[in-house]
Amino acid sequence: MVPLSWYIVLSALMFSIGVFGFLARRNLIIIFMSLELMLNSVNISLVAFSHYLQSMRGQILVFFIITVAAAEAAIGLAILIAFYKNNPTIKVDEINLLKG
Amino acid sequence: MSTPQVFFSYFAVSMTILSLLVVTRKNPVHSVLWMLVLFIHIAALYLFLNAEFLAAIQIIIYAGAILVLFLFVIMLLNLRKEETEKRFQKQWLYSVGISVIFAIFLVLIVGNITVIPPPGQYTVEAIKAEGHIMTVGKVLYSEFLLPFEIASLILLVAIIGAVVLAKKRLE
Repeated sequence: MVPLSWYIVLSALMFSIGVFGFLARRNLIIIFMSLELMLNSVNISLVAFSHYLQSMRGQILVFFIITVAAAEAAIGLAILIAFYKNNPTIKVDEINLLKG
Repeated sequence: MSTPQVFFSYFAVSMTILSLLVVTRKNPVHSVLWMLVLFIHIAALYLFLNAEFLAAIQIIIYAGAILVLFLFVIMLLNLRKEETEKRFQKQWLYSVGISVIFAIFLVLIVGNITVIPPPGQYTVEAIKAEGHIMTVGKVLYSEFLLPFEIASLILLVAIIGAVVLAKKRLE
């Protein structure tokens, strides 16, 4: 029997790796992907809790999180494409048009 | 260690290594491919937790739609991989420090959870008796009907927004 804390530790490790990728990379697409990584780690934690507490609420919330993550990825990448038409770069430290 | 624990140890080690590989590759296409392997491992972990419908949804939506969207955008932007470009920002050591402190914080506090479950309604046998899709459907359409309809509105907004934001302006 796998203890619940193992699932939570795995979720925490994946989340902090996602935080590192979000804060440290220059490429905007990799930043989007580490955002999806963070959402997936929360999904793992929710399904584990739902299994160990014998409830369905965790899995229903995972269903909605997957839906919202898909919508957010679509709109985020559309914004990226719209921005790329003006300024052909995707490195975050070169996106400084508003810098005073 | 019992057999489920051996299986879970493989999943835990491989998912940590895969997520490190996702965030550190130079070529974004390599990152997307490692993320595909990571999503299949996550779906296998959902199967491990008796959530078959969520495993199928994970592969269909995440691996089949979102990653394909990422690949299309990477190909659309036509990025040329330059060998001398720096991958990480100037302050990447601070991000390593922040995420390590965060990881230690989370693992020490949240990793000591022991759950004494009150006898919940949806035990593994009860879910297996009806099938996971039937159970999810029953709960989703009765108790969570309003969030379900709002989720459909969110998807509508996403469709319209993506088309409006990314289409070519006719001058």
